[in-house]
Amino acid sequence: MAEAQQVEEQRADQARQGEPRVDDARLAAAARAGDALLAAAVFALEPAAIGGVTVRTDRGAACERWLLLLHQLLDEAMPLRRLPPHIDDERLLGGTDLASTLASGRPVYARGLLAEADGGVILMSMAERVPARLAAVVAAALDSHSVAGAARQDTRPARFGLVALDSGQADEEHCPLVLAERLALHIDLHGVHPDDLLSAPIDRAALARARSHLGTIQVDAAAITALCSAAAACGIDSLRAPLLALRVARACAALDERDVLDDADLQSAARLVLGPRARVAPDAPASNEPPAESESPPESESQSDNQLPPASDSTPDADAPPPADAADEVDPQLIAAARATLPAGLLAGIALGDASLPRSTTAGRAGAAILKGRRGRPAGIRSGRPRHGSKLNIVATLRTAAPWQRLRRAQARAAAPRVIVRAEDFCVTWFRQRSETATLFVLDASGSSAMHRMAEVKGAVELLLAECYVRRDQVAVVAFRGRAAELVLPATRSLVRAKRSLAGLPGGGATPLASGLALAHQLADQLRRRGLAPLLVLLTDGQANIARDGSAGRARAHEDALLAARRLRAAAFKSLLIDTAPRPAPLARVLAEAMQARYLPLPYADARALAGAVQSAA
Amino acid sequence: MKIIEPSGRTGPDIFPRMGAAFPFSAIVGQDEMKLALLCVAIDPSIGGVLIFGDRGTGKSTAIRALSALLPPSKVIAECRYGCDPARRASWCSECLARPARQQAITKSVPVPVVDMPLGATEDRVVGALNLEQALNSGVRSFEPGLLAQANRGFLYVDEVNLLEDHLVDLLIDVAASGENVVEREGLSVRHPARFVLVGSGNPEEGELRPQLLDRFGLSVEIRTPQDIALRVEVVRRRDQFEREPQAFMNTWRKHEQKQRREIVAARKRLAGVRVDDAALRWAAQLCMRVGTDGLRGELTLIRAARALAALHGRTAVGSEELVAMAPPALRHRLRRDPLDEAGSTLRIDRAIGEQGMALG
Repeated sequence: MAEAQQVEEQRADQARQGEPRVDDARLAAAARAGDALLAAAVFALEPAAIGGVTVRTDRGAACERWLLLLHQLLDEAMPLRRLPPHIDDERLLGGTDLASTLASGRPVYARGLLAEADGGVILMSMAERVPARLAAVVAAALDSHSVAGAARQDTRPARFGLVALDSGQADEEHCPLVLAERLALHIDLHGVHPDDLLSAPIDRAALARARSHLGTIQVDAAAITALCSAAAACGIDSLRAPLLALRVARACAALDERDVLDDADLQSAARLVLGPRARVAPDAPASNEPPAESESPPESESQSDNQLPPASDSTPDADAPPPADAADEVDPQLIAAARATLPAGLLAGIALGDASLPRSTTAGRAGAAILKGRRGRPAGIRSGRPRHGSKLNIVATLRTAAPWQRLRRAQARAAAPRVIVRAEDFCVTWFRQRSETATLFVLDASGSSAMHRMAEVKGAVELLLAECYVRRDQVAVVAFRGRAAELVLPATRSLVRAKRSLAGLPGGGATPLASGLALAHQLADQLRRRGLAPLLVLLTDGQANIARDGSAGRARAHEDALLAARRLRAAAFKSLLIDTAPRPAPLARVLAEAMQARYLPLPYADARALAGAVQSAA
Repeated sequence: MKIIEPSGRTGPDIFPRMGAAFPFSAIVGQDEMKLALLCVAIDPSIGGVLIFGDRGTGKSTAIRALSALLPPSKVIAECRYGCDPARRASWCSECLARPARQQAITKSVPVPVVDMPLGATEDRVVGALNLEQALNSGVRSFEPGLLAQANRGFLYVDEVNLLEDHLVDLLIDVAASGENVVEREGLSVRHPARFVLVGSGNPEEGELRPQLLDRFGLSVEIRTPQDIALRVEVVRRRDQFEREPQAFMNTWRKHEQKQRREIVAARKRLAGVRVDDAALRWAAQLCMRVGTDGLRGELTLIRAARALAALHGRTAVGSEELVAMAPPALRHRLRRDPLDEAGSTLRIDRAIGEQGMALG
């Protein structure tokens, strides 16, 4: 933590001095451009083995330039497919080719996009908007290098590399982790000048030579140990990271047409693979999330490469030794390399505590909304004509028509089509639209609202989560204290995640009630757009002393809070106000009326009573 | 899993690039997961296995290795559901209707380990009308789905916590009854679908519905090994496997064969493993102490301990087996108390500590 503060102070110093900072930014962007070029070459060398590239970008000229460059490097024979975020399963996995089926009178199966991309590259734009299920399906294909079709038991090869363009802005919007995890290279094109990406570092002919070189590259145990230790020092738990880093290092050596890995290869791998995945800044002190270390690598080196010990000899991590002095073991050059590409805000994040780190979200934001809003859960297929709330199911319709074809053809006049479908064959898919509830807690974490309420609210949130996953509902928490409101827990169904976010929630300070309500309004709007039915649960004593603009003063603060409350009323969110004052006062009741919330004084509520109250409101 | 092209051709020649699975015995560490999988392979009646844990810990690797590890099973050659020639009671209606001559023709096939992709359609899972036959000859015939394929084997759902609700409902129903009943599109088919359900996922991405949770006999939590030497070993083996698969498989063939022999021996031994009153009492007391709902926990614990005893070559269940299998058999059955910070595993360990390991 001291380290992080130091860095922050240095940055502040530089900011005061003015000039150097601009240079720093330019240097950093140039370094990013260099990494992007190297990444393109490494990826083009063997797309499927590298898995792919995530590209953080604002989709400007630099991104276009980089894609063009990659295109120049990839073999012309390699298929290149674009994967839009809202592709349907049929197109993705393959399915019945309706046109050909109808024309030929027998089922014709079409390959899906994943199988079509076999041997090539898939370009996924707006990766931050990719729904969880799509991400999981693509990830499974990346793992197995094959895809199981949707229609019948056909497994097809699908060996491809994935380029995921991630133009997410907020912390919560980024390429689904399930994918990012499997893509070796993570590059960032923010601030990169397109002119820095003018020429490829290598041409196709050299790339082909490098490819033939790949098989001969020697890797010794020391290199693997170095990458594993560096990954651990970065707080990366997944073992895919060092494995992918090893492949990238090997690719770098091949690009140089060398037979032996050298330090520069390992450093490139640390920069491209490990740095962007870091959960802790590598040589930060072990106070926060201690990087897992041990003192044993020399033992493993003594084993020769071919004589592997049987698995049962290895013991699990039950009694892992306490973190040893990291500097002794981890190659400082690798750490320096990894530090060059740490995710933005990681250093600051550690200073603020773990809760502010960007956390895993499975998916982008759009998918859920579209699935839920437009169709909900498919509730079955029935015969009938398509009407509002149902959709013609063509395959089912064909199935219904199929057994009658001989009969109908016999009756039909000469010019009958191959397949004769009549109105009575029509089948529709029904969708049940059950809107999920998202309970949004708006939590007064200020001093006035008494810090002891916090424990109860945390308990209530966890209890609700434990209950609500039965109903597949979600919970989010906004807290306000001091000068502003913050989103403590984005809408989630995960108890594990909720616990962790809530554990670090501080209390005390002034009461910016209006800001809390405004943020809640914004969030409730978002939830509603995603197809969820938000339920606002405001826990406060109604006292406010910070106005919307951050200035102190009770009167203004109250006016602003009432105004925010009336806006909430206009938006017609279902809401509940729980008065947490020891002696319920009219303040909170007035507020509840303004936002048309159910008013519930709960001076002595414990977690269970709170959870009960919220459930009865929902 | 056999690869079947729509034309019916099989075999690796069509897909030369899809190679063999990483050998089970070469998986480093993760002993609890491996033990749980071995136990259900010895006694499938234990129920499914749920594997929750970090990414990149080799969950899928372990499961996909099972098919190559387990001894092949005998099936009636003609049967689409892989009926067991030795157990007439479990036959599908097609096998029962077969002439005796056909019933007697059997073949050995690898134990199916069927991947159920998240995107699977209901048709694909349950089976559907065979469109080709219907269009061409006007015959309604049933085309089996994944549930049929998984009969007498394993059904693996990665990211099981993200599975769509209607598929979860379906799985719960079939896993409970061991039979897939299809009543749709004018079809009326029922066939055996007894499989070991294996689910994996990351708890950070959502909880599992309690009804589905209950269908899993054992649950294991896995973490990345914190020891650098182990991590290095994992990466090194994986790298070697990817670069020189054939040489790697040769190195590990002996271990795989040994493991397979142990499983076969344990299956033979299983029926003869005694469970004394003392062991039953110990299990019952532990379940009461940690407060599991219902009797299923107790039953699973006993069965799992018995399978482990068979694997250990013992003739009776001892405290070692009970203590080893208590966490995986019980940890997902504890009544949730979100306010109790201690994890389920800790609560079970604590209860074992209070109760003592001695039977009797």
